[in-house]
Amino acid sequence: MSTTNPHNAGPPLWLLAELTYRCPLQCPYCSNPLDFAQTQQELTTEEWVSVLRQGRTMGAAQLGFSGGEPLVRQDLAELIAEARHLGYYTNLITSGLGLTEAKVDAFAEAGLDHIQVSFQASDPELNNAVAGSRKAFDQKLALARAVKEAGYPMVLNFVIHRHNIHQMNDIMDLCERLGADYVELATCQYYGWAFENREGLMPSKAQLVKAEQEVNRYRERLQQSGSAMKLIFVTPDYYEERPKACMNGWGNLFLTVAPDGTALPCHSARLLPIDFPNVRDMDLQNIWYDSPGFNHYRGDTWMPEPCRSCDEKEKDFGGCRCQAYLLTGKADNADPVCSKSSYHDRILAARKAADHATAGLTELVYRNADNSRLFFRG
Amino acid sequence: MNEVPRFRRGFRFQWEPAQESYVLLYPEGMVKLNGSAGAILNQVDGQRTVADIVASLEQQFPDAGPLGKDVSEFLQDARHQHWIELS
Ligand code: SF4
Ligand code: SF4
Repeated sequence: MSTTNPHNAGPPLWLLAELTYRCPLQCPYCSNPLDFAQTQQELTTEEWVSVLRQGRTMGAAQLGFSGGEPLVRQDLAELIAEARHLGYYTNLITSGLGLTEAKVDAFAEAGLDHIQVSFQASDPELNNAVAGSRKAFDQKLALARAVKEAGYPMVLNFVIHRHNIHQMNDIMDLCERLGADYVELATCQYYGWAFENREGLMPSKAQLVKAEQEVNRYRERLQQSGSAMKLIFVTPDYYEERPKACMNGWGNLFLTVAPDGTALPCHSARLLPIDFPNVRDMDLQNIWYDSPGFNHYRGDTWMPEPCRSCDEKEKDFGGCRCQAYLLTGKADNADPVCSKSSYHDRILAARKAADHATAGLTELVYRNADNSRLFFRG
Repeated sequence: MNEVPRFRRGFRFQWEPAQESYVLLYPEGMVKLNGSAGAILNQVDGQRTVADIVASLEQQFPDAGPLGKDVSEFLQDARHQHWIELS
C-alpha cells in the first residue's frame, strides 16, 4: 500500500466510530447531521472490525464508540472485545438509555476501558434528578454505582445551554454525590441541530460569567478537600475573540467514521460541500494520507485573507471550517469568531440575540426522523 | 520509599509503536511519555515499592548514578496529576 502523504501528516491517534445514527432520544443540540434520516446502510460488524484493525495499524490508540446511541448496535460487545484485543483504549459515549447492569458487566468483560454517561439535561429525567425526584434519581444512582463497581472511571457529561445553565451548582453537587471522577460541563457548540436551535440554546454573556464563577469556586473547594473529581467546563467559542484550534488541525489527529462508512476529519464535517471518502471504497491509509477530502485543509496554502498573512495561523489554523461555512457560506473563510474576520458581526449579533432571547424549550426543533426528513426534502 | 505505586482506575500504560514511546491512556486522553518517565512507569505493577523500583532502575542504568530522588519526585508528581496512587 503506497501513500503520497503530500502534507507529511501525522497518524490519526484518535478514532471515533459513530456506529449508528439511531437514537431513542431527540436532543435539540445533537451533533448528528440534520439529514441523518437519509443515511443508508450502516457498516456491518465485519466492516467495523476491518476499520478498527486498519486504524490501529496506522497508530490510533484512543477509540470512541458513539452515535446516535451506540447501545442500539447488537454487536457492541463484540466490537469492544475486538478493539481491546487490538490494544485500543476504548471509550463508550452513551446517553445511558438502555444501559443495564448486565450490559455494564458484559462490556467490562469485553475489555471496555471507560463509559461516559451523558445526561440529557433538558429532559425531565435530569430536571427531576437535580430537583431530587426519587425515582429518576435512584435510577441514575444505580447506574452510576454499577459503572463504578464494574471498575470503570466515572465520567459524566452534561450539555449546558440557556435552560439549565442556572443549575450548575446542583449539577456539580449531583456529580460529587455520585462519586464522579471527571465531569464535563459542555456548553453546546453550534453545528448540526444546535445551529438550527442556536437562539434557543445559547446562554447570555451574563449567564456564562456567573456559571464560570460557580465552576471556579467549586473547583477551589474540590482542591481544598483533596478531591480527585475533575471539572472540565467547555464554554461556547461565540464569546471569544479568537477561534479555537479546531480538532488540533484538519486531518491531524482525529478521524471519524460515520455509520455508513464515510470518513471525516471531524464529526460535523459532513455538512461541508466536500466529497469525503468511504471506507467501503478505499482503505483507511489512503483515505487519511491521500484522499482529496482529507488533504483539503491541510497546510495553509488554501487560506484566504485575513488568515493568509496572519501571524496566528499556526496557532488556530483559521479556526473551524464548519463554523466558517455555516456563518459565511464559504468554508475557506476565517472562522467568524475571530475579530479579524469581516463576518465577525454575525457572532456579535448572536451574542446580542442571546441577551434578549425568549424562546422556551418547546420552541426548539427536536432531533428526530420526521424533522430530519424535512431537512433533506429541502 | 516503602509505598507501592499503582495506576489509578481507568489509566493504562502501554508502548505505542507508531509513536515510538510509552503512553498513558485515560478517559478521552493520552500523554506521550518521555524516556525517563516511560522507564519509571514501566516498573509500576502494583506490587513493587518505590525502593524496589529505584533499585531496579539503578541496575538497568548503572551510569546514571543514584536515582532515588528523581524517581520519588517523579512519582509524587504523577500522584499529584492523579495518574497513580501511592499507598
Ligand atoms: S445528542 Fe441526544 S439525540 Fe443526539 S445522538 Fe446523542 S443522545 Fe441521541
Ligand atoms: S485571522 Fe485567521 S489565523 Fe489569524 S487569528 Fe483570525 S482566524 Fe486565526
